[in-house]
Amino acid sequence: MRGLRRRLLGGLARRPLLAGSALLAPGAGWLAVFFAAPMLLMLAYSVMPRGRYAGVEPGFTLEHYRRFFEPLYLGILGRTVAWSALATAICLLLGYPVAWVIARSRRRRGLLLFLVVLPFWTSFLVRTFAMIFLLRDTGLVNALLLRAGLVAAPLTLLYTPFAVLAGLVYGLLPFMVLPVYASLEKLDPALLEAAESLGAHPAARFFRVVLPLSLPGVIAGSLLVFVPALGTFVTSDLLGGARQVMIGNLVQNQFTVARNWPFGSAASFVLMALVLVSVLLSLRLRERHAGEGGAR
Amino acid sequence: MPIVEFTRVSKSFGAPPARAVDAVTFAVRRGEFFSLLGPSGCGKTTTLRLLAGFEEPDPGGGGIRIAGEPACGKRPYERRLGMVFQSYALFPHLSVGRNVAFGLERHGRPAAEIPGRVAAALEMVRLDPAVFTARRPAELSGGQRQRVALARALVLQPEILLLDEPLGAIDLKLRKAMQLELKELNRRLGITFVYVTHDQDEALAMSDRIAVMDRGRIAQLGSPAEIYESPRTAFVASFIGESNLLGGKTERRKDGMWEMVTPTGWRLAIPERPGLSEGVALRLAIRPEWMDLGPPGAAPSGANALAGAVDDVIYQGEMIRILVALEQGGARLTIALRNEGQLGRPLAWARGDAVLVTWRPEDGQLLEEE
Repeated sequence: MRGLRRRLLGGLARRPLLAGSALLAPGAGWLAVFFAAPMLLMLAYSVMPRGRYAGVEPGFTLEHYRRFFEPLYLGILGRTVAWSALATAICLLLGYPVAWVIARSRRRRGLLLFLVVLPFWTSFLVRTFAMIFLLRDTGLVNALLLRAGLVAAPLTLLYTPFAVLAGLVYGLLPFMVLPVYASLEKLDPALLEAAESLGAHPAARFFRVVLPLSLPGVIAGSLLVFVPALGTFVTSDLLGGARQVMIGNLVQNQFTVARNWPFGSAASFVLMALVLVSVLLSLRLRERHAGEGGAR
Repeated sequence: MPIVEFTRVSKSFGAPPARAVDAVTFAVRRGEFFSLLGPSGCGKTTTLRLLAGFEEPDPGGGGIRIAGEPACGKRPYERRLGMVFQSYALFPHLSVGRNVAFGLERHGRPAAEIPGRVAAALEMVRLDPAVFTARRPAELSGGQRQRVALARALVLQPEILLLDEPLGAIDLKLRKAMQLELKELNRRLGITFVYVTHDQDEALAMSDRIAVMDRGRIAQLGSPAEIYESPRTAFVASFIGESNLLGGKTERRKDGMWEMVTPTGWRLAIPERPGLSEGVALRLAIRPEWMDLGPPGAAPSGANALAGAVDDVIYQGEMIRILVALEQGGARLTIALRNEGQLGRPLAWARGDAVLVTWRPEDGQLLEEE
């Protein structure tokens, strides 16, 4: 038994390629069964006629994809992209300064990082429900505004685009802060002093040195916010109500209430294509940046 | 008028505040190569950063003047000085050309003038602009990066160039060559260099004057020869080069000369110094290369002589160091003899030999108590 093991491990050590595939196998197998197979199934569903009571019937049709490009659904698509982009921009504006402060602090760094990931300790669903209590007409935000005399009547906050955006930004902000922090933390403080000694004022130091060098973190963070935002359905469902539907809700509805699996599958694939395009774009951006600057 | 003046400048860090720089006063002359030398933590880098404007001095001192004008409160880019960092601090996302152009662009120089000045600055540090302008810092060797950092600072034609251990990360041979080049640049450009280093050889080889720093204060300021040949304190005597230290009390001899009597009872002639008085505790420093070795019982007249036995012989190429354990007191002295060729004319001494260590009284240095 020992001899066999030694021979096996020895053989693997001599053949790095084989050792590599042995390490890959469990994960690759898992993905093949639980990711690739369902994807292929969905791809097949998306080009098959709809079944009478959910499911599909044999045949081939592009009807579902054609239907997706009707104005109603394009509107949902446009709204999804716009809100996701807006949520990403807000996360960047709010998260970058936070990441900067954490990267620059010494003693409090551990505590601040802990606070950033603290929300993950509670279920996302629970936190989204909590936002309802904050934003509804009798919620905390309105109570404070009324008490302060800033508004005469409660503002309608819940079931508005604002509520969806607030929920998205709240839920996804840590995914922006952490990668940006990671890239800022590597920044040599001497670079800023060098820039200052060469005549760079604060704004020039930021735009000429800090921002270009943290671009990999900004791109990674934007991707980590934008992609989940595209696919979101819990946030828009709970905080946006029936009027603020995003693609995620559309897909969910098709599979549950509408029982139109092929259309749901087609919508999923359009969403996936969108994600793929944004990932490829950001990779291109990163490459170009690396080519331009060689920032590690 | 000195180009840099520090008057009782202090800088404290931390809580409770600890003084990294403690009431330091010195002046740098225009055009000179001025070094701040000391071990890590002695305050030399903080002193440089105070001059650069990256740190503000504690309130209450006499302040910092650059070219006669108070510098405190001025931002680094308002001080007309260039800085070369230990880590080079080249912008990794910019090419060599863009790195050197950075300061010119920030100062709003016309775009037409920039490429020419960048090329001239690169040539000044012996980098071929045609080869290096487009390269990235990551593609350069340590020595080349250092040259780019120099060019980037020099292209703005600063009055003062601050260098923070710029050769620390370069290998020995290249470092020696760069030392000569820096000295040459200093002479050719007429720019004042303020150079921070912990390497005494470097400071001695390059500087016009050296300020030796110890625990936030300047222990001694002077020319390399003054620092080396006439160290004022035991710290300077042992930090710069090597010194044999002997302690004792002064006594006046009948002929009027001064002696130092050690606890072991040796009577050592010491150099004359104004203000010497009877029975004062003193320390004496003697450089290893100013001592000699002889057979027992044959001291040259007028020389100090101590008997001992050879403990070890260390071959160092140009010098041979001989460690001698003294007969009394257990002290060990180091004597450095010029190597005259161990294959042709080998040393007369071997481990265990009884010897006499001798030196001329005037080669001893009386140290101040710290």
